[in-house]
Amino acid sequence: MKILVCLSKVPDTTTRIAFIDNNTKFDEKDVQFIINPYDEWYALVRGLELKEANTGTVTTITVGGADTDPIIRKALAIGADDAVRIDSPASDAYSTAFQIAEYAKDKAFDMILLGKETIDYNGSQIGGMVAEMLDLPFISLASKLDIAGGKATIECDIPGGTQVLEVEGAFVLSAAKGMAEQRIPNMRGIMAARSKPLNVIPAVAVEPLTKTESYQLPPAKAGVKLVDPDNMAELVRLLHEEAKAI
Amino acid sequence: MSVLVFSNPNEGSFAKSALEACTYGAKVAKALGTDCHAVTYGQVSDAEIAKLGAHGATVVHKAGSLETPDSGQLSKLIATAAAACNADVILCSHDLTGKAVAPRLSARLKAGLVTGANALPTTDGGFKVNKPVFSGKAFATEVITSAKKVISLMPNSIPPENTGGTAQVQELAGDFGAKKVTVKETKKRTGTISLPDAEKVVSAGRGLKGPENWGMIEELASLLGAATACSRPVADIGWRPHHEHVGQTGVAIRPNLYFAIGISGAIQHLAGVNGSKVIVVINTDPEAPFFKAADYGVVGDAFQVVPKLTEALKAFKG
Ligand SMILES: Cc1cc2nc3c(=O)[nH]c(=O)nc-3n(C[C@H](O)[C@H](O)[C@H](O)COP(=O)(O)OP(=O)(O)OC[C@H]3O[C@@H](n4cnc5c(N)ncnc54)[C@H](O)[C@@H]3O)c2cc1C
Repeated sequence: MKILVCLSKVPDTTTRIAFIDNNTKFDEKDVQFIINPYDEWYALVRGLELKEANTGTVTTITVGGADTDPIIRKALAIGADDAVRIDSPASDAYSTAFQIAEYAKDKAFDMILLGKETIDYNGSQIGGMVAEMLDLPFISLASKLDIAGGKATIECDIPGGTQVLEVEGAFVLSAAKGMAEQRIPNMRGIMAARSKPLNVIPAVAVEPLTKTESYQLPPAKAGVKLVDPDNMAELVRLLHEEAKAI
Repeated sequence: MSVLVFSNPNEGSFAKSALEACTYGAKVAKALGTDCHAVTYGQVSDAEIAKLGAHGATVVHKAGSLETPDSGQLSKLIATAAAACNADVILCSHDLTGKAVAPRLSARLKAGLVTGANALPTTDGGFKVNKPVFSGKAFATEVITSAKKVISLMPNSIPPENTGGTAQVQELAGDFGAKKVTVKETKKRTGTISLPDAEKVVSAGRGLKGPENWGMIEELASLLGAATACSRPVADIGWRPHHEHVGQTGVAIRPNLYFAIGISGAIQHLAGVNGSKVIVVINTDPEAPFFKAADYGVVGDAFQVVPKLTEALKAFKG
């Protein structure tokens, strides 16, 4: 089983978000970067579990500069066999997906896994784009994935329930909660990761189709209005008359 | 040139988010001085189709014989309709299907994509769309530089507007490719309101002490017509199902009304819920960080406050 897992580098979840250069750039000062949790906890770990149950390889792919190497090494420490970095500053989703599709197109991966979205741009874009570029089926927001007899059985949360889907042949899948449990790399994994291959590949030329012009922080809340815990009729009145929420 | 909206039917009818997308499409079309078309598929009654007309579509392209969960087929369907009406801007909802279809379409048509837009685009000095980023901790203004554009609209961003229009229906034929994904089973949860598009949400955290105490939360939710949600640890320990987990690593929601009961308000929790229009926090700890993000707060014990609130609501409803 040949599995490709896409990894993105994102700011840690506790990061205080700030912008510089006239609100055109994310302020990376003092920011701790991590593997996008959906990529790591769900896509990567499920990929590893499937490999362990069946034999095969898990390769990770990241589009980015050398600054992404630490998070790639962490994925190798968690258990990926080898890693690919397409040497290009991350631009828009289209050009990122294009790089991944160009790499994957002649490598006959059985599946390409990634997280349902990144926690920075919340795009949910790369998986569907890669699938279209490679003419593969795409299953988004999957919470379970099992392989048997060349068929993948996949469970997704749908509004008000779950749906079980079946796919034959290669596919692209974006992973959501439920798919697997986070794995903490152990000392042996960290040591082994140092000698695992991290292949840096030059990028192909592609024009982005979108760009971020500026950022804004949400307006500050006016301040909380406290209501006496013994006077819930007052809360109901406020929600009805003032907030018009009920 | 025209604007095309992908209207995805859910079991034969259009959800509120689909009508929001249609209204959004009609407004974009108006701003660009053109018409709004819609494309749909499968078994959809005339009465449902008429809703698209009422929400601003002038033509509805319908592939009645197509029934599929395969985003590959759906993107071919939308591309076929886009070619038929010469659409430059294509819209859909940022829901489960939209998240699979919009990026495929973007790649297929080489059309720049903005997902999760929360406002109408502006067109002076480039085609610009706003969207939440960093899980709601900020917003970004994205510029789409390609001639063709795809936008998915965050549910609950603009209200659907019934303008009383009617749409002409055109049967859409074409080769939408082979179905590579099949549905084996659909399991429905009964009696609960789906979280991502709920207008009101009652959410509770570790402060509730145990799963046996959720009865009062469910009662409050059903009285309000609200969906129930929870913080991450509550889902992780198995007090509540995973699909109720909201926050940065769970479901991101933006209801009109969000109750946070016994939830401390950690940054990762706030990230997924701070798009809510009105936030009410009930917590014993006056220093709980959630109060800073709240509109209304009650410092008190949930086990006393929630039953009182339920009584007050019952009295209010009469
Ligand atoms: C990478 C990462 C991602 C994360 N993603 C998420 C996420 O998506 N969503 C999420 O929710 N969390 C997330 N977390 C966890 C988050 O940091 C917090 O730990 C979590 O939100 C706390 O849950 P809680 O508020 O229910 O529990 P606690 O922090 O234990 O808070 C319980 C609250 O209940 C109050 N309380 C106690 N008793 C009562 C009572 N009788 N009546 C009223 N109030 C009472 C307490 O004062 C306290 O404020 C993430 C963490 C990490 C590291």
